[in-house]
Amino acid sequence: MSIWLKVLYAAISVSVATVYGLTLGGIVRKIYARVHGRFGPPVWQPFLDIIQTHSRRVAVSHGNMFLLGPVFRLAGGLGTYLFIPVIFGSALFSNFSMAGDLLLVMYFVFFGQLGMALGAGQGGHPYSPLGIARGLAQMSTFEVPFSLAVISVAIQYNSLNITSIVAAQQGSFLNWTLFTNPLAVVAAMISLLGMNMHSPFSIVLAPQEIPIGPPIEMNSSFLGILQTNRGLFAAAKLVLFMNLFFGGATNLLEMVAKTFFIYMFSVFVGAAYPRFRPEQSFRFFLKWPTIAGILSIIFIAYFGGTS
Amino acid sequence: MEQLIKKINGMIRLRAYKKQRESLHFFTVEEAQLEMILSHLKNYEGFTHLAFLQAVDFIEDGKFQLTYMLYNYETKMNIGVLTLIDREEAETASIHKLWAHAWQYQREIHEMYGIDFPGSPRVKESFVLEGWEEMPPMRRDFDTKEYSERTFYQRPGRSTNDPAEYMKEKLYRNYPQSPAIRRDDE
Amino acid sequence: MNKKHNDEIENQMKLANESLPERERALFADERPSTVEAFNKYYEGFLNWARSRSLWMLAFGTGCGATELRPLMTSRYDMSRYGIAPRPTPRQASVFVIGGYASIKTIKRIVRSYEQMQGPKYVIALGSCTINGGMYFDSYNTINRLDYYIPVDVYIAGCMPRPEALIAGFNRLKEKIRAGECEGMNLYVEKFDWYKENQKQIIKDWNMPDYNW
Repeated sequence: MSIWLKVLYAAISVSVATVYGLTLGGIVRKIYARVHGRFGPPVWQPFLDIIQTHSRRVAVSHGNMFLLGPVFRLAGGLGTYLFIPVIFGSALFSNFSMAGDLLLVMYFVFFGQLGMALGAGQGGHPYSPLGIARGLAQMSTFEVPFSLAVISVAIQYNSLNITSIVAAQQGSFLNWTLFTNPLAVVAAMISLLGMNMHSPFSIVLAPQEIPIGPPIEMNSSFLGILQTNRGLFAAAKLVLFMNLFFGGATNLLEMVAKTFFIYMFSVFVGAAYPRFRPEQSFRFFLKWPTIAGILSIIFIAYFGGTS
Repeated sequence: MEQLIKKINGMIRLRAYKKQRESLHFFTVEEAQLEMILSHLKNYEGFTHLAFLQAVDFIEDGKFQLTYMLYNYETKMNIGVLTLIDREEAETASIHKLWAHAWQYQREIHEMYGIDFPGSPRVKESFVLEGWEEMPPMRRDFDTKEYSERTFYQRPGRSTNDPAEYMKEKLYRNYPQSPAIRRDDE
Repeated sequence: MNKKHNDEIENQMKLANESLPERERALFADERPSTVEAFNKYYEGFLNWARSRSLWMLAFGTGCGATELRPLMTSRYDMSRYGIAPRPTPRQASVFVIGGYASIKTIKRIVRSYEQMQGPKYVIALGSCTINGGMYFDSYNTINRLDYYIPVDVYIAGCMPRPEALIAGFNRLKEKIRAGECEGMNLYVEKFDWYKENQKQIIKDWNMPDYNW
């Protein structure tokens, strides 16, 4: 397949993922509103917000790193998404998947936040370094159980290629990692809560405590880019989790159904629980999910994987 | 409480004493004896809390009245120590050494009434009126309406009703014989 | 000769920032704000539609208005169904809600926050105090007319207006935005000197730059 065709396919896939991620965001706001007993904004509200932020007539910049911050963040989201095969066996949605892409994806999940830290730091507002410090600390802690779960999965399938991991889970739903390696899934799903930054772990972006956190100085189009990335990055994370732990998807409908339910897990937890303080959330991540991750590696190393 | 008042009256001569209710008493002392009385109340009688410090402008007498409101946590008693100071040379001793937080009250009073407390920290700094250039606004000879009309732009077409007349016309027109509402202190 | 002349004109156009100390003047911007023209009719119409459906509110609770703004977010009045969302920073907000009387100390902060907002920006003035002073018309410390200091798009009369009145005010603002009548940002730039003169007349200790970028 020529590289240009592949680029075209990737562009289509990215737009589908962004639209899907933003719609999910709208649905989440609706669900939260229903839990509060409100009507809530319409489902397409995130799209209106993005048009509105891009339609501002002026934008204040604080320097070169400030300009690059949102770009890095978007690059993190794009990078994560572009190396994940979205639909198993589909040429249109296979993106740039290759051998060892799992490591690259793990790197890109972290990359966006680091770039954001550089950009927001130049904004000069005292709350943005505070938000970044909390964000990076929380990210480091939830990366521990997530990495352990990924290592466990890599040992189990003896591969670092997402496509072959998905291939190994085909056949029956009993082949999913969810049933063959449940401890790794427990560790990873708990770290997903931190990754999505919904309620128990939303201290990073808490508008009541440190007004909006890292993007406090981001305005106009900068904020628009960040919001676009929020949709894309959410979709990328969900697809990654679906591929690693829930057997991947063979068509678009299956992908939508599976990712929707994975997302709803963190939404329901978020709607039901109040917010953790930073030190509580760090301790939580380094305790139970980490133990589950270590146990899953020991379990897999002793009893072997499928291959 | 009566014992305490008697005791203080023995120490100095109280100029006036008023019992508002069982737990709230006011007495007026000379300006020179104020600090002594306050430190006695704080150190020996258990009135450890300065609730507030406030000034009243008695322009007719040419005096400012300062109210030091003290509270005793054990007997749950309030004492208001009043003192009258001269309005022209408004200046009195600072009590920030007795209660550290008094400096903030003194700063506010200095800004609002122009009463000086020599030695009080940051007393000359502005409290809420940033960059105020006129007479201190809470003095009663300061015409606030005239100042407002001079400084802020009036929107034409404003009409005002005297509340008493307006309510009489609206509510009591059909009840010409209804008795006037009496206040307690009339 | 011509270039020198141009430089002189440019220097005159720059803001003096006289109230800042000499050594700090270089740290702050001295450019005047400039008007930004609208796009062509149809594109601007579309953008205005999106702006009116997604109002980000910076609530400035100066007085009793702060109490009336809170119920708007609760499930009884639920402003989010109209696309109104609270935003904690002026950089991201598009609607500035002045909640009641504004004292001189507050108007300084109001001007600062207003100038930091990214246009197009709209102002909703809440309560009688912002219209003609309300019950504080003769106060030495509260302003009487807000529109002498920042451009106001919608007034909501009352003392205090109920949350329903606030929602009605927001809907009126939406209609105005869609009709393209809310050009307060450009108005502020056009009458910049007049607004600055009014502001400096009451804010005596002006210790900030003349325009807060």
